Parts: sequence; C-alpha cells; structure tokens
Amino acid sequence: MPTPVSPTPPDGHLLEVRDLHVEFRTGEGVARVINGVSYHLDAGETLAVLGESGSGKSVTAQAIMGILDTPPAHVRSGEIRYQGRDLLTLGEEERRRIRGAEIAMIFQDALSALNPVFPVGWQIGESLRQRAGLSRADARRRTVELMDLVRIPAAAKRLGDYPHQFSGGMRQRVMIAMALALDPKVLIADEPTTALDVTVQAQIMDLLADLRRDLGMALILITHDLGVVAGVADRIAVMYAGRIIEHADVRALYRAPAHPYTKGLLESIPRLDVRGQALSTIRGLPPNLMRIPPGCPFHPRCPYARQVCVDEVPHDLVLGDGRTSACHFAQEVHDDRAR
Amino acid sequence: MSDFETVAATEDQSARRGVSGEPGTPDRAGEPNRPRSLAGDAWRDLRRNPVFWLSLLLVVLVAAMAVAPGLFTANDPRDCVLSRQHAGPSGGAILGYDFQGCDTFARAVYGARASLLVGALSALITGVIALVVGMLAGYFGGWVDAVLSRVIDIVLGIPLLLAAIVLLKRVSTSGETVRLFAVILVLALLGWTTAARVVRSSVITAREQDYVAAARMLGAGNGRIMWRHILPNALAPAIVVLTIALGSFIAAEATLSFLGIGLKAPTISWGIDIDAGRVHMRESATPLIVPSTFLALTVLAFIMLGDAIRDAFDPKLR
Amino acid sequence: MTVPASPAKVRGETILGVDELVKHFPITQGVLFKRQIDAVRAVDGVSFELRRGETLGVVGESGCGKSTLARLLMRLETPTSGRATLEGRDLFAASGGELRRLRRNMQMVMQDPYTSLNPRMTVGDIVGEPFAIHPDAAPKGSRRQRVRELLDVVGLNPEHVNRYPHQFSGGQRQRIGIARALALRPDVIVCDEPVSALDVSIQAQVINLLEQLQDEFGLSYIFIAHDLSVVRHICDRVAVMYLGRIVEIGTEEEIYQRATHPYTQALLSAVPVPDPEARDRRTVIRLTGDVPSPADPPSGCRFRTRCWKAEEVCAVQDPQTVPRAADPHPSACHFAEVRTDV
Repeated sequence: MPTPVSPTPPDGHLLEVRDLHVEFRTGEGVARVINGVSYHLDAGETLAVLGESGSGKSVTAQAIMGILDTPPAHVRSGEIRYQGRDLLTLGEEERRRIRGAEIAMIFQDALSALNPVFPVGWQIGESLRQRAGLSRADARRRTVELMDLVRIPAAAKRLGDYPHQFSGGMRQRVMIAMALALDPKVLIADEPTTALDVTVQAQIMDLLADLRRDLGMALILITHDLGVVAGVADRIAVMYAGRIIEHADVRALYRAPAHPYTKGLLESIPRLDVRGQALSTIRGLPPNLMRIPPGCPFHPRCPYARQVCVDEVPHDLVLGDGRTSACHFAQEVHDDRAR
Repeated sequence: MSDFETVAATEDQSARRGVSGEPGTPDRAGEPNRPRSLAGDAWRDLRRNPVFWLSLLLVVLVAAMAVAPGLFTANDPRDCVLSRQHAGPSGGAILGYDFQGCDTFARAVYGARASLLVGALSALITGVIALVVGMLAGYFGGWVDAVLSRVIDIVLGIPLLLAAIVLLKRVSTSGETVRLFAVILVLALLGWTTAARVVRSSVITAREQDYVAAARMLGAGNGRIMWRHILPNALAPAIVVLTIALGSFIAAEATLSFLGIGLKAPTISWGIDIDAGRVHMRESATPLIVPSTFLALTVLAFIMLGDAIRDAFDPKLR
Repeated sequence: MTVPASPAKVRGETILGVDELVKHFPITQGVLFKRQIDAVRAVDGVSFELRRGETLGVVGESGCGKSTLARLLMRLETPTSGRATLEGRDLFAASGGELRRLRRNMQMVMQDPYTSLNPRMTVGDIVGEPFAIHPDAAPKGSRRQRVRELLDVVGLNPEHVNRYPHQFSGGQRQRIGIARALALRPDVIVCDEPVSALDVSIQAQVINLLEQLQDEFGLSYIFIAHDLSVVRHICDRVAVMYLGRIVEIGTEEEIYQRATHPYTQALLSAVPVPDPEARDRRTVIRLTGDVPSPADPPSGCRFRTRCWKAEEVCAVQDPQTVPRAADPHPSACHFAEVRTDV
C-alpha cells in the first residue's frame, strides 16, 4: 500500500506536482486559487483529490493538463513533473503531444463535452486518425474495441449514434473511451459521477477501477464526495483554500482524520449505515480567495483554533503512520478520533 | 463557471442561530461589499471599453446639438442668400455654403434635432409595442403566441421603403409637424418586430425560471408575475436592441427624406440636405459630405453603443 | 380576518392524502395540426398519505417522476387524473381565491438556490412577497418586522434585508428560500432536493435548520431527494419511486433495514458509504442497463428489465404496492423478500 511518504522510485514518480501556485487575476483583484500544492502519483495507483467548490481541486488538474485559461489564470511558481520533465517549461507543441496521449482527462458533464453534431464513433476515432495516424478502417476497429472496453453494449451498432441518443451513464462511457483512445498513462477524472444517478454512479466507478487495474494506469479522481472516494482510492489529498491540508492513506484517513476540516466533513455527512446520528456542522463558509485569512486558512471555522493558528501558517506535519496534515494540532485531532 | 467564483460571495453567519447555535464567523456587513450583479459586471466591462466611451461621447455630442444647436454655431441655418452659393468658409460658416447659400455646418448641426427626434420617438414607440407584444406572446404562449408571432412575421415581410412610400403619400401635402410624426409612426409601426422577438424570447426564458414558479406557488397572479418578475429581467436585452434600432431609424429617416417621401423643407434634416447636396455634387462636394458624415457617425455611434452594452451584458462573451 | 377556524392540529393525523395521481405529458407531432403520438408517463398512479408533523422522503433516480410529483402537488402542473386532499379540501378542484388560500398551507423549497430567487429583488422584497400577495397574512405596518423575524429564524442577519441574492452564498440563498416558504406559516413544505446543489459542509447546516424548523413550527415535510443517506437522516417514512410509480413505501426502518423490493435493495447497496472498512462488509448489487424511457415503460413490473429476480409473471402481471408476506409494508414486487446482506 503506497503511502504519502513512500520512497521515490529510482526513476522518479510518474507525475509529480511540486509547490504549485496559481492565481486568477480579475478586474476585482487577485484570487489566490492554488497556494503551494504538491502531490505525486505512480503507475497503477489512484489518488483522490477531495475538496469543495473553490478548493482548487479542479484548477490543479487543469494546470496539469495545460488547459487553464491564461489569462485570467497565471501560474506563479511550481513544477509539474511528468516522467521527470517539467511540463510548465515545455512549449505548447510539446504539451499538446502529452495531452491526451500521456495524460487524459474526463469531465463531469459528458453531454457538453461531446459534440452534438458528430456520431460518437467518429468522435472517439478522431484522435486515432489525427494523432495516432491510423487508417479509417483501423481507427474504426480500434473504436469498437474501446467502446467494448468501456462496456457499451452492441458497440459496433452504436458507432453511428449521436450523443443525445445515449443515456447519461453511456455518454460518460463514451467520454472515457475517448480519453483512453491514445493509451494514456495518467487519467484525470474530474467529478466523473456527480451528474449521474446512484446506480449508474456505481457502474462508472467500477469501470474506472477495473480500467485502472487492467491497463495499469494511474488515476487522479477529483471529487467532493467522501463516499465515492472511500470505494476506489488508495490515497487521498484533501484540499481547502488552494492547499492540501491533509494527505493520507484512505483507510487511515477515514479511521482517524488528522485535520479539523477533514474531521468536520466526515462528521457532517449523513451516513446510510448509521442511524439517528446527529449531524455536526462546520460553521461558516469557505474563504473568499481574494481575502484568505492569515495563518491557517481554516482557523475562522475551526473548533481547535488558538492564537498560533491566526499567527502562523501551519506546515505539513508528518504523523507517525506516514501521513501529513497541515494543522498545528494534527496529533491532537488525530488522537481525538482514535480515542 | 470556474471553481473559485462561488466563494466570492459575502460572508455572514452572525445571526442568533447560525446552525445549532454555532457562533459563526464574524459579520462583515460593515465591510464595503462588491455587488456581483449582471449589471455591475457589465458596467465594469463597459468602463474599460474604449468603443463604449467613444460612442457615448458621440451620442452625447449629437444630443447636445439637438437640444441646443446654438452652442455649436452662431449662424442661422435658414439664413440663406443665393449670392453666397457654394462660397468658401467665412464669417463663422466654417465649412462654407451650399447651393442655396446656407451655412453647411449650421444646417448639419440643426439637422440633428429632426434626426434624433425621429430616432428617439420611433425607438420609444417601438419599445412599447415590442414590450407589450413580446410579453403577451412569450408569457401566455399557446394560441396567443401563435397569432402574435404570425403578425410579427407578416410585418417583418413588408418592405420598409415600399410601405413608407404608400403610407407617406397621404401626408405629402401636410405641414411640418404632421409629416414629422407621420415619419415617426411609419418607422415605429414597421420597425418593432425585431425588438418584439427579442422581448418574447427573453420573456420565455424568464418565465421558465424557478423564481417565477416560486411566485406562482405563493399565489401570485399573472399581472404581478409579469410586472415584478418577468419585465425587470427582460428589459435589459430590449434596451440594447432599441439602442441599435435608434441608429437605424435615423438612417431610415434620412433615406426617406432623401427619396423625397420623408421630411421636407423647411424642416432641416440630414436626409434632405444629402439629397440637395447630391444634385450639385459636381460644383461642390462639401454640402453632400458634411451631412453624410454627421449621419454616418451618429448611426455608427448608436449601433456601437448598443453593441458594447450587449457584449457587456452577455456573460458568454466575457 | 376571515380565516376559517382551522381544525385542531393533531400530530399524526393525515394532512395530505394523494390518491392514484397521474400525469402524462403528451408527445405531439406536427406544427400546425398537432396530434398526440405518445405520452411520457411521468407520474403514473401514485398514492400516499402524509401525516402531520412527519417527514416523508421520496427517493428515486432522475426521471422517476419525483419532481413532477412535487410540481403537481404545488399546482404548477395539472394532473391527468387522480385526487389529492390537503386538510380535507380537494387540492385539484380549487381555483381562484380558494386555491390561493390553499397555497398558504403548502409551500415549497426548491433545489437550485441560484435560480429560485429573483436576481432583481432585494431579500426583503423576496421574503416579503408572500405578504404582498396575501395582504391579510400580515398587516401592512408589521410586514417589515415579520420579514426581519423570518430572516432571523432561518439564521440570516436581519440587517441584510436590502441586499440582493447574488451577495449571498448558496447555503445562505437556500435559507432565503426557506424563509420565503415559511412566511405564510404553512403546514406542509415540499422540499425538492433542497441540499443537493450545496457544498458538503453547507448541506448539514441546511438539514439541521430544516429539522429545527419542523420542531418549532410543527411542519410536515415531503422531502424529495436522490441522496438516500440524507433521506435516512431526516425522514420518518420513505417512498421509493421508479418510472412514475411508488414501488415501496414504509417507515425509515422498514425501507433501510427490511426493504423487500429489489430496486430499493439495489439502490441502497449502490450508495457509496464514506468508510472504506464498512464498504468491505457490504454486498453491492450492480444493476445492469439504464432506466427505460417513461414514454415506453415495460409491461407488467416496470423494474423487470433490470431485475435479477424477474420471471415470466413479472412481464404479465403488474405488481401492486401492497403489504407483502415478507414484511408488512407495501412493496410492488411479486417476489418480495428481505435481504440481510445489503
């Protein structure tokens, strides 16, 4: 089981984000969206990036893909290393070669991500023809394979169908097939099941887990849903106000969260398998990214907050079991739950 | 929608019972908060748009000419002496004289009044017709919409010039004021369709909004829903279309006057002067160029202004 | 005031009764001469009772008809057939002034706090609109004060009456919507996915608020949601809908512990549980395929096309939602049985 501080493999991590800072410069001011995010990913593992809207979880992924709108976005500093190369220093041409072929991404809204006027078969095959240089016949054969791979029934018959003829779950499968077309080594899934019904959600999560295992891909799962994460991820990075505030092995984190925010989140969601529990809440609202509170950004909402939290930005504290928490009182929070 | 926008809201949790008695974060009511409304965003956009400022400047200038032409020229545009025919600039007539020996510049300045009057009043009447028709068609739908939409299609199919010639023939011998209002009415009656369509579609959009359903669930009647909930949300696009229409009405008035079926002397209008200047273009081009330039700049100013406002109000373009 | 004396409010009595409610949306063809070629059976024979003071959850996947049900009850849609009574009065026969009076007893909290508030009205005007429509609900002079009280009740700062909706966050806007629904002192509030558009950390705040208001004002809720965990938390009884029908209905315990309908069981098992260890202990029933189109539902049992238990009888005989031998709560399955592994 990989842990956050797992030793770096001899040839480096497959993907590594180091101290990334991104800001959005708008007419109203500068929103500091990403404030020093670091994480890494190795082949075959699943990293869940968990956060609420505004936490910066999607922006980090967009920075990795190189699809940030600049302006208003501006990468202030940091590195994004893929197989040792810093993507941020590459030219647009080279980044395009990596995008899709090495690192691919799927989105929450499959309907708007697909072009309504082309058949899905054509859309899946497009990158095969354009970028892999396959002939039309080969591309078609491979497209059917891909559609089979994502378990679209009667794939060969549905090549000519248009996106609106598919259900939400099937459209998400089409999008996954498109993402897999060029055999990427990293797949970033941004809220892949949020728009879907529970029974379909389960199907898609199963599919992603199976694909990761069978194809040996690395998977970054971006979500706000603590339930979804629990099922498929190896490690979890919890984001708040553009920082990773806790990073741990999934089981360890759910057993005893070491950051008050994670703890608050876990206690605030109703659980299907627990009856009559009182819902505790996290008071207040996430911070305005143009005015992030000094010190620990969570301190105005934190029940553990003391003076030090206002004065000092907490560093990543490494806990005994190889996990980190950006809280001055990480051990105390952790022990509170374990007790 | 980018991820971070949602958090740009103001914070307050100060109330007696935030949730289960949570004390909540400090109240920020005292802090100057930045409203993030469509209009606010649009204004921020507009403020930085040079096209907006340029067109606004031109519009203000033309409006000032219409209201107080005396500020721009000391000469009387009706003081015409044939001996000055096509004479060069002199004595305040900075652009010289036309075929009739009138001050070309003064006539162009005084011509703004008729043009703007026609444009503004036509746009106003157009706006009223468009709001009523668009609101009824969009709100009630069904057969009301079917009938009104066909009416719009029919009016849209009438060629403006042909209809104007037929209708204005009846007033060809009437006085100055009657002719002016006849032109305004003809332009408005033939020109409201585009605006009505815009209103209709924004009413349909607004009608489907949850807040309209919420009002209905409270028991609000049609009148209240239309007046309080739909109209304010359908007004902005209508204003934009009308600004652009104002420009084209001015151009249409000039066209009609140029063809001799619109305004006639002694009314001073750019269209009349352009017609007169055209006849004697070979002797002197200035009496043609000056009113043409005024007309072109005014029409352009209104269309640019409308465009700038529309772009600012369209979040998709931002 | 001419408000009729309200009957004694007894907790547990039936306040809202719905009987065989049907809503078919016609599918038409042709522009000028429209003819109906088919109908989407959005709600197709729904019956239930809501008791005073309780929360009835309505769960189901998208397209099951739960939102149409809400719109029917709120008289935003006209039912194709069926009856409903609110405190003994016929909900669908009322019109004009009588309908307006009925509306005072039943209000709705909508899903999307960003579209349910008019962006061009101040919070004071939004929350005060019920009083403008029902002038007898609050004397003119006291309205301002009532609005401030309502804002306070839902946990907002009463000083903010002059702000516009966009100056509030999603959770706060949902509170404004709740204040508006509360203004006329209704007995029943239909909550249509009231927290699904909110961030996780905000959801709990709004759920707690709804529970607190229920205790304080003796409200009865119809709580429509797709999130079964939230429903379990807040509801006393739960109705599970599939393709326009209620397939199973019972107390919270009957549905979550002793569900007998295979669809309910599958739905429950598919809910992701935020606990990696609990997950290992649960059996997950994987349904295949998608929900059939409500324009063309399967014959007999509507769930049979995705059901692992389906036999010939299921295609022929439409199972009624009646108490079953396996457990005495109504379930629409020929082979109803309790499963213990989900």
